[in-house]
Amino acid sequence: MNPGIDLQGSFIESLKSFGLPAGAAKLLWMPFPMLVILVVAVLSVFALVWLERKISAAAQQRIGPEFIGPLGILAPLADGLKLAFKEDVVPAKSDPLLFTLGPAIVVIPVFLSYLIVPFGQNMVITDVGMGIFLWIALSSVTPIGLLMSGYSSNNKYSLLGGLRAAAQSISYELPLALSVLAVVLMSNSLSTVDIVNQQTGYGILGWNIWRQPVGFLIFWIAALAECERIPFDLPEAEEELVAGYQTEYSGMKFALFYIASYVNLTLSALLFAVLYLGGWEFFVPIGTIAGFFNISETAPWLQVVAAVLGISMTLLKAYFLVFIAILMRWTVPRVRIDQLLDLGWKFLLPVSLVNLLITAGLKIAFPVAFGS
Amino acid sequence: MNLAEGVQIVSFGILAAMMLGAAIGVVLLENIVYSAFLLGGVFISIAGIYLLLNADFVAAAQVLIYVGAVNVLILFAIMLVNKRQDFQPLRRGWIRKAATAVVCAGIFALLSTMIVSTPWAISTATPAGDASVVVIGLHFFSDFLLPFELASVLLLMALIGAVVLARREFLPDDEADRAQVEALRLPERPRELVPSGRDETVN
Repeated sequence: MNPGIDLQGSFIESLKSFGLPAGAAKLLWMPFPMLVILVVAVLSVFALVWLERKISAAAQQRIGPEFIGPLGILAPLADGLKLAFKEDVVPAKSDPLLFTLGPAIVVIPVFLSYLIVPFGQNMVITDVGMGIFLWIALSSVTPIGLLMSGYSSNNKYSLLGGLRAAAQSISYELPLALSVLAVVLMSNSLSTVDIVNQQTGYGILGWNIWRQPVGFLIFWIAALAECERIPFDLPEAEEELVAGYQTEYSGMKFALFYIASYVNLTLSALLFAVLYLGGWEFFVPIGTIAGFFNISETAPWLQVVAAVLGISMTLLKAYFLVFIAILMRWTVPRVRIDQLLDLGWKFLLPVSLVNLLITAGLKIAFPVAFGS
Repeated sequence: MNLAEGVQIVSFGILAAMMLGAAIGVVLLENIVYSAFLLGGVFISIAGIYLLLNADFVAAAQVLIYVGAVNVLILFAIMLVNKRQDFQPLRRGWIRKAATAVVCAGIFALLSTMIVSTPWAISTATPAGDASVVVIGLHFFSDFLLPFELASVLLLMALIGAVVLARREFLPDDEADRAQVEALRLPERPRELVPSGRDETVN
């Protein structure tokens, strides 16, 4: 395994050559990747909103946004501007403190989870040992924000929406965690970088999707439910609950919910790519291609190409999954709340437990293929 | 003192203040919903202190279990309780409060003597850091095997019990009927209708 390019190392080295102490150089480096990820995550919202508009239009045989910029690219910007300039209404007899705090608690854990998304061997904010476990822990904080905003709105639809959101996210967290656990069992590590490295070496054949055919389906269903996308958007079902916990929100507070839901969808797609689709790995291993053309694997230009390829492969895989999610939203009807909870507790939970058990058995029986 | 130590001391101060403030709020606030939300704040601050102690797995588990499950369930229970009964001030309520204060002071005294009398030798072993999961796992399957197995059997029983309860197909009829009566109403504080226009009779 070649180390790939180390941006942090070379940045610190170049600053040290200007005479800065190592600590100060590291301090200057630290905010840089966080800022990049933050900007990329927010920009992904614009991309997703545009994709949502265009794909929904295609699904309904319309054209969609056309005149706001080329191909309607600026339509999400117009959305954002509209929300930014809207009056920020706090309803009478609501609880202003909790009403303001709710959207913030929803949006913060989602952005924090980007800490562990790797775009390459060294292209991750921190390769923490708990990796994927941190994501599961952080995503369990979100329902508190939803309950808070549902309660503080003093509106029965909001309260029902908040309660539904909490019930939904508690019941789908278990199958999600159990399907992730099966992957962790195979790669012997919670770290996202290690999970991808365990899938590398055989190109597309080594990806976890072939070893976890049930697990990836459970993960995707549970992730869609955690993101509250149709067919699982019960907490904000328009026909039943006006807009669920978002009913009383307007302006930037509503925009925080909006951003959180889209950023969460991108995050789930990225983590699906990391867990099951080999992360930054190309369909054919880079080493094999380099060997075919007789290029040294440590050639600097090849490493740059590999890094660019890694980032684009991660994004490509993630956006393929986003496309599937959007297509599902515009073609699949919504499930009922009792069907939703039935699916979570009576079907997905037992199936994911059995999947974990089978994975553990296969790991003992075939340590070559299922991690040793 | 280098940069890392300064950051650690400052964040310890902030976390300790947050934890104590939130804990006092949980006990003293009248509104039970505020108490429940502040309890989440207490758990988060404890998770932060675990992080400062290099126990990041314990910190993540704290967030997952206490904030994500226990606190959400408490909130859920509070919000599902549909009890429209005004709080009656108790006669001789101060007896209860005084008894609570005595018990709390006793526990406080016991704990403080324990803290003072324990020799707090700081371990010189290097912290496990990212390998803490492996160390915890090794302990679970060697010297802590019995508690681990007992806890896991207990949790598995609860899990299977939940699935069995959810899969129960037969529900007694009268029980389902009784649940229908009041369930569809939610309490909502009355709102005054704020007139939106200044003079609506003109048009």
